[in-house]
Order: sequence, then structure tokens, then C-alpha cells
Amino acid sequence: MQGRRQRELGIQALLAAALLAVLWWLLDVTAANMAERGIRSGFDFLTEPAGFAIGESLLPFDSADSTLLALAAGLANTLRVALPAILISTLLGTLIGLGRLSTNLLLRGLCTAYVETLRNVPLLLQLLAWYFVVTDLLPLASEALQLTPHVFLSKSGLSLPWFGGDGSLIDLPLRGDMGIVGGAALTPEFLALLLGLSLYTAAYVAETVRAGIQSVPRGQSDAALALGLTRAQLFRLVLLPQALRSIIPPLTNQHLSLTKNASLAVAIGYPDLVSVANTTLNQTGRAAECIALIMAVYLILSLLTAWLSAWLERRSGRWAERS
Amino acid sequence: MRLPNIARRWLAAIALLMLLLHLSPAHAGKTLDQIRQRAQLVCGVSTGVIGFSSADSQGRWNGLDVDVCRAIAAAVLNDPNKVKYVPLNAQQRFTALQSGEVDLLSRNTTWTLTRDASLGLHFTAVTYYDGQGFLVPKRLKLTSAKQLKNAEICVQSGTTTEKNLSDWFKAQGIKVKPVVFEKFEASIKAFFSGRCQAYTTDASALAFIRSKEAPKPDDYVVLPELISKEPLGPVVRRGDDEWFAIVKWVIFALIEAEEYGITQANLEQMKASPDPAIQRLLGGAEDTGKLLGLERDWAARAVKAVGNYGEMFQRNVGSASPLKLPRGLNALWNKGGLMYAPPVR
Ligand SMILES: N[C@@H](CCC(=O)N[C@@H](CS)C(=O)NCC(=O)O)C(=O)O
Repeated sequence: MQGRRQRELGIQALLAAALLAVLWWLLDVTAANMAERGIRSGFDFLTEPAGFAIGESLLPFDSADSTLLALAAGLANTLRVALPAILISTLLGTLIGLGRLSTNLLLRGLCTAYVETLRNVPLLLQLLAWYFVVTDLLPLASEALQLTPHVFLSKSGLSLPWFGGDGSLIDLPLRGDMGIVGGAALTPEFLALLLGLSLYTAAYVAETVRAGIQSVPRGQSDAALALGLTRAQLFRLVLLPQALRSIIPPLTNQHLSLTKNASLAVAIGYPDLVSVANTTLNQTGRAAECIALIMAVYLILSLLTAWLSAWLERRSGRWAERS
Repeated sequence: MRLPNIARRWLAAIALLMLLLHLSPAHAGKTLDQIRQRAQLVCGVSTGVIGFSSADSQGRWNGLDVDVCRAIAAAVLNDPNKVKYVPLNAQQRFTALQSGEVDLLSRNTTWTLTRDASLGLHFTAVTYYDGQGFLVPKRLKLTSAKQLKNAEICVQSGTTTEKNLSDWFKAQGIKVKPVVFEKFEASIKAFFSGRCQAYTTDASALAFIRSKEAPKPDDYVVLPELISKEPLGPVVRRGDDEWFAIVKWVIFALIEAEEYGITQANLEQMKASPDPAIQRLLGGAEDTGKLLGLERDWAARAVKAVGNYGEMFQRNVGSASPLKLPRGLNALWNKGGLMYAPPVR
């Protein structure tokens, strides 16, 4: 027993070492070939000034700041759109998924139509459509719609009062020569991306939820109802705890796809991680490095999500046992 | 929509990786041999900038950058039509050249130190001296780019434009907000839908965007400031000096032809000219072609295909074109401009 375990460990270690060696060799050959072709390489550009501005950013960023900070601002922008979109798509998707199981024919039909339409139109097209519909319909920035004294809506987005940056407590949006100045703006790029990602992913979430609930054997529902549970109790105490176990893994997959799909942002002008990395790539010419960075960041995001999913699964398992 | 964006980017990345892993360096003279073998020049152009490179409704490519490809095909293959055009957006262009997908990048591309010294490429010569400008709607009543305080400015990514924009406004102490798009069409569509208060790119392209893409050209004006130097010219891969020389000298020959008054129309008469410089350029006296690995009449073929540089300019972007751009900096050096070719001698 002991010996076998040790042998297995040894094989694993050998495999890992071999993999590392291959990776190392690939990197080495790549670097040598690039040098031979006069293509500069290295990550030194990360500490140099970015030299380009970022239109909207959660982190304060100036073109004199380092490229690393620019990429961080891009990542923050990715999360800024992905996290709320995950929340919205999960809530909306759950409702639609339940709607597809409803006994009401109209509701069921509408929910089915939603899922089929949204799943069958490429996301990029949906994003472009949302974006250009949003920007076409809204009034020009110079003729912004005043919703309440300090909230404006225009092609520049939704401008709201926000915490003051330099000294002042609050920063109010006001009309200026070029449109609205001050405050915080939810830009059309952000809104279209949030909307597009949420609605698209909701369709997949709906399918996941429906399948999860249907995976609980029918007999259990019949038995629970026969025991005198109400439909609400049946759902909360019998169906949901069991369904969750089969819903959570594919659901986290959907969340992960959503985060990756957020990289379509660049098509509609939202400065997410990929958009900033693209600009960096083009300004510095360090293509291999920038692509490696993007891959590393998404890999880390994926691992984090997988870990979170496993944790949730364990918790829901415990919950199922308790109820 | 063709392949989704992501897929295209990954394909490009994979292509780049394969190139990087490919061991053999480019051999001198290899490009010319390959072009001759396949009897076709593969030229990277833009996805559509009228005047420089754009395809008409029948898929025929036109423009100043396209004429450079045609002239080179004429010099090398004796047929200006033996060119395959590969449309590349701002981001794809250098990878396509590095990976060998194109022999030559002839696509409104600015010569900068970073590009010339770190991408494994060589800029050959300048075919158009440009500068970056701004297009704005008339209703904003702007007369200077300095009035663009707090403006949102639409711009395409992967360009020098993006960095110039933040440099210039920083120097002026003015805050503006870039809205960056990967695709040219999306960027101008957003601008014309009113999303941005200004659009910025090379002034030559602004002329085309205003006259061809604007719903009503008269509703837009180009501001007077040019905020950068944008010398545009063809680019080749490093590691093949012969090919580098060919591209460079075909362009110089077109400029020299204008200087000597050799045109598409008078080419045959000019071949009988007693002027030794003209004789040399057209292959009547010594054989300059063999120094480049080409036939004796390489320059004459190029002029026959597209005319001299001045003719190319007028036909594509100048007075005989819808863009009506003035010669300005692109006039010959002895006519007040910057176009100057080293002697073909
Ligand atoms: N000269 C600048 C800008 C060139 C550029 O790519 N301009 C854009 C905007 S006019 C363009 O040509 N887009 C067309 C395309 O992507 O195919 C550079 O070399 O970076």
C-alpha cells in the first residue's frame, strides 16, 4: 500500500518536472527566435509609463502611470461589469428557468421564446445591437435629459452625483460646453455590455436551473404533495436543496463564460482588461507577453471561480443533508 | 460578421506562436524567390480607407498604398495585377507581417521608433507625410482643438493615434476622454451617432471619413490643428535585405520619375531621351536592375503600371480624386515639399 502510493507520487513529480521542462524549452526557443528576428521581448514595459489614457476607470489612472497600473485598471473594469452581470443574470435566469416549468402556458411560452432567441443570436451581435440602439436613442450630450436635479441621461451615459475627488464632499454633474461634466457616469459602453452579458447569460442560467429542478425524480414531488406540503414548501424543502447540487457546477461555468465574454467589450469601446492589453500590445509591440498576461489573468479568475464553486457545492451539500 | 473577434485574436496568437517556434531565420533573398515562385505578391492593406486602400463594389482594390503594391508587382513580376490583397485592421497588421502572411505591409502605417526598432520590421520609405487631426460636428461651433476640454473623443485602437491623443492634451493641460474601439467601422459609427464630440485619426483619413462616411458631410468640419507627425510608408520583415532594398528603390524610382517629368503617358518617348539620368532610370544605359536582382527595365515597368509619384497622388487622393487633398508636404523637395528620393544611380 505504502509503496504504491510512493510510486504514484514519484510518477506525478516526474510528470510535473517534464511538463515544466517542456514549458521552459518552449519559452527558451521562443525568446531565441524573437531575438533572432529583431523582435524585442521581456516584461520591462510593465513599469514604464503607459502613455495612453483610459476613458473610464474605477482606479484613478493617468497616462503617466505605469503600464501595470493600466492593466490593473482594465482588470478592475472587467470585474466592474462582470460581477453585477453575474448577479443580474443569475436572478433573471432563475426566474426564467422557473417560468419554463410554470403551469401557466403563456408564461412558459414567453420564457421558452426568451431562451431560444437569446441563445441563438451571437453575443457579439447582441452587444453591438444594444450599444447602437442605446447610443442612437439617447439625446446628444449637449441636450442631456435631466431626470432629477442632478441626474442626467444622454449619449454620454447616465451621470450621477458621486463622492468628490479633490476636497469637496460631493461631485455633482453639471451641464458644460461639451455635455455633462462632473459626477460619475455609467457610460453607454458599460450599460450596453452589462445589459448584453446579463440577458445573454440569463438564458443559459435559465436552462441550467430548469434542468437542475427536473433532475429531481418526479416521485419526490408527488410524495411531498401527498404528505401535505404546499407547493412553496415542496420547492424550498425538497426540490431546491437537491437541485442546487446539480445546478451549482454548470452555473459557475456560466459565470466563468460571462467573465470571459466580457472581453468582447473592445468591440463596443469599453476599456476592459483585453482592451487595455490590446492597446498595450500595440503600443509596445510585446505581443507574446501581453497575450501571456491575459491568459494568466483569466486562468487565475477561472481557478478562483472553480474553487468558489467547490466551496458552494460543499455548503449546499450540507444544507441538503440538514433539511 | 466573420469569425468572432476572440477566435480571430486567438488564431493570430497561435500563428505568432508558430512563427516564434519556427527555427529557421529568413534567408536573404528568400522573399523575392517566393514571390516569383508563386507568381504573386501578397500585400497587406487596410480594411478600407478610401484614397489609400479600399475595395470597390467589384472587389478591385484602389488607392495610393495599393498603387505601391502594383508598382512593386510590376517591377518584380512584370504584371501589376499579380497582387493578392489582405485586408488588415490596425491591430492585426504587424502580426500578419511578422508571421509571413504578407510580403509587404502597405497600409497607412506611421513610422515610429518603437515599431522600427522592436517589432522585427523595417520601414522602407515615406509615401505620405501626414499628421493627426480632429473631425467635429459643426453644431459644436469649435474652431480649435484646444476647445475640446472634457470632450469624449472616438478613436480606433492599435494606432499611434491613441497615444498622440493623450500626449497632446496632456501637454495642453486639457482633460479629454478617449472612447476606444477595435474596429474602424464601429468607431466611426459611434462618432456619427453622436456618442463622441470629436473623432481623431490621420488628417488624410479624416478627409475620407467626412466625405464618404458622414451622413451629411457639411455637418462636420476638420479642425485646423495637426497634433503629430505621421510619416506613412510600407513596411517589410527584417532579415531579408534584398527585399527591403527592392521595396525602397521602387518607391524612390516613382519619386525620381516625377522629378524627371516621366509620366505614364510619355514613358515611351522618354525612353529615347538623351538625358543620362533618365536613361539610367529607365534601363537604357547601365543596368541598375541587376543590382537589385530585377530586370533592367524594373523602374520603367513600375511607372508604366501606376505613373510617377505625382500621378499616383493626384489620382488617388489629390485634385483628380474625391478627397482633393493638397500636395502640401507631399510635393517634391524642389517644389516646397518633403518628397526626396536618393539618386537612382
Ligand atoms: N497612421 C496611424 C493610424 C493608421 C490607422 O490604422 N488608421 C485607422 C483609422 S483611419 C485605419 O486605417 N483603420 C482602418 C482599418 O482598421 O482597416 C498608425 O499607423 O497607427
